[in-house]
Amino acid sequence: MQIYLPIAEMPVSVLLILGMGAAVGFISGLFGIGGGFLMTPLLIFLGIPPAVAVATQSAQIVASSTTSVLGAIRRNALDRKLGAILVGGGLVGSALGVWFFAAARRAGQLDLVIVLSYVTLFSVVGSLMLKESIREFWTKRRGGTVRLRRQAGEHAPYLGWPLRMRFYRSKLYVSVIPILLLSLFIGFAGAVLGIGGGFIVVPALLYIFRVPTNVVVGTSQFQIVCTTLVALILHAVMNQAVDMVLALLLIVGGVFGAQFGARIGRNLRAELFRFLLAILLLAVGLRFGLELVLQPEEPFSLTAQEQRQ
Amino acid sequence: MKRLRLVLMGLMLMVPAWSGPVSAETLITSLSNHRVLINSNYTGTSIAVFGAIERDAQTIARATGYDVVVTVRGPRQLLTVREKQKVGPIWINQEQQKFPSAPAYLSVLTSKPIAEITSDQLRQRQKIGLRAIISAPDFTYVRGGGADREFREALYRLKAQEGLYLEEERGVTFLTPDIFRASIPLPATAPPGEYDVQVVLFADTVILASTTTHFELVKTGFEEQVGAVARDWSLLYGLATALLALAFGWLANIIFRRD
Repeated sequence: MQIYLPIAEMPVSVLLILGMGAAVGFISGLFGIGGGFLMTPLLIFLGIPPAVAVATQSAQIVASSTTSVLGAIRRNALDRKLGAILVGGGLVGSALGVWFFAAARRAGQLDLVIVLSYVTLFSVVGSLMLKESIREFWTKRRGGTVRLRRQAGEHAPYLGWPLRMRFYRSKLYVSVIPILLLSLFIGFAGAVLGIGGGFIVVPALLYIFRVPTNVVVGTSQFQIVCTTLVALILHAVMNQAVDMVLALLLIVGGVFGAQFGARIGRNLRAELFRFLLAILLLAVGLRFGLELVLQPEEPFSLTAQEQRQ
Repeated sequence: MKRLRLVLMGLMLMVPAWSGPVSAETLITSLSNHRVLINSNYTGTSIAVFGAIERDAQTIARATGYDVVVTVRGPRQLLTVREKQKVGPIWINQEQQKFPSAPAYLSVLTSKPIAEITSDQLRQRQKIGLRAIISAPDFTYVRGGGADREFREALYRLKAQEGLYLEEERGVTFLTPDIFRASIPLPATAPPGEYDVQVVLFADTVILASTTTHFELVKTGFEEQVGAVARDWSLLYGLATALLALAFGWLANIIFRRD
C-alpha cells in the first residue's frame, strides 16, 4: 500500500515505514537512546530529502521517548533533578551548536565535519564501552565479583568539585559542574549532528557518574524528549520540513517497538546491555568510517535547491 | 518563434521555383490532461500528447516522412554536482559545479533515433535531444576547471537513475502519416509544478513547425492543505505535530500499562 507524503512530495510504502518505525523504536526503547542516528540514514536511503528526514524523525523520537519517560516515572526510575539539570545545560549547548553549524557551513565542509564527528564519537564511545563490558564478562567468569556499586573512596576527583548536590534517586552526591559540562557538550553535539545525544548521555551517566542502569534510561529519555521537542518546532518553523503524514506513520510503528524494547531492556543483564549498546555504536561508527575511507562507486553527488519563481 | 521564422525563410530560399507564398505544414497538438492532481494514493502517471500535421493545397510534397521530437521540462531547480576526491586517506567533496536552472524533470520522446532525425549542429543550436540540452553552454555556470563535461555527464547519470531524465527513441508513434501520439511518463518523484511540453516537427532534417503547451502537477485535497498549513502557519503546524507525538506516546503508555 502506497501513500503520498505531502511535504516530502513522494509516495512511500505504508508497511515499510511502519516496520522501520517499529525496528528503530525497539532499539530506542531497549537502550534508552533516541535512535535518530539510525532512522535518518534509513529515510534518506528511501529517497526522502535529507532535510525532511532529519526534521520528521524528531517527531518519532518525541513520541517513543514520551512513552519511556511515562513508564520510568511509574517505575520511579527517573531522576527529575538530574534530568532538569541535563535539559538546562543542553539547551545552552544547543544554541552554541547552532552557531557552530552555521560557521562550518560557511566554511564549506559541513558534510566532512559531520561524518568525522560521527566516526570519532561512535568509535570512541563504542570501544570504551566494549572494553568495559568485556572486562566485566572476564571477571565474572573467573569467579570474581563485579563492583557495580560505588565504594568509599572510589570517586574520581572531579566529582568532588564545589557546588555538590544530592541526587537521591541516582544515589549521587556530586558536584554540579561536571554534569553541566556533560549537558553542554551533549546539546552542542546534538545541534551539530542532528541527534538527541542519548548515546552519549547513557554511557556518561553509567561510567562517569555510576548512576544505576534503570535510572539512566529514564533520565536520558527525559532529556531527549525536552531537547527534541524544541528541535521539532524549530525545524517546522525555520525549514518547514516536517512531514506530518510520515511522522504519524513512524510514530505508530515506533511506540509499539519502543514498548517491547523497553520491556526486554528491563530483563536484560546490565553487562549484556552495555555490550550490545557498544556493538551497536561501533557498527555505526564503522559504517561512517568506511564511507570515508573506501573509494566511492559514484564519486559524484547531486543536491537540489528549490527555486521559487 | 524568431528562429522558426528564420528556418522557414531558409526553406523558402531552398525552393525558389514555386510562385506565391509557400505555406508549410501547421502543427496542432493537444495534451490529455492540463492539470494532474496529486492525491494520497498518487504513484506517478503518464500524459498523452496528440498531434496532427495539417497540409494545405500549396504544401510541397515530402519525399521522406515526418519526424517528431517531444521535449518535456519540469520546474527549474538550482542543482549542485559535487565530486569526491581522495585527500590523504579519506574521500571528501572537492570540486563542485552549479547548474542554475536545470529542469527537475526532463524527457525527450522521439519518433526515431535522434541522430537520424537531424544534424548535430541543428540539434546543438536548437537544443533538441537530451545530450544537446545538457551540453548547452548556458546550462551551467562557467567554471575554471577543465572537467566540465564530466560534471554534466554525472548530472545526467544521477538524474537518469532516479527516472527523472530520460530519452525514448521510439516514444512517438505515428498513427497515420499525419497523426501521431506520445506518452509522457511521470514518475512519482517528479515534483509538483509547471511543466512545458515542446513539440517540434521535422522533415528531412529540417524544422518545419513547433508548438509549446503546458501542464501543471498540483497537490489537492488533504495533501494541498497540509502543505499550505506547513508553509503559512508553521509555528502552529510544528506545535500540532509535537502535540500529536506527545499524545501518541502517552496513549501507548496507557495501552501497554500492564505491570
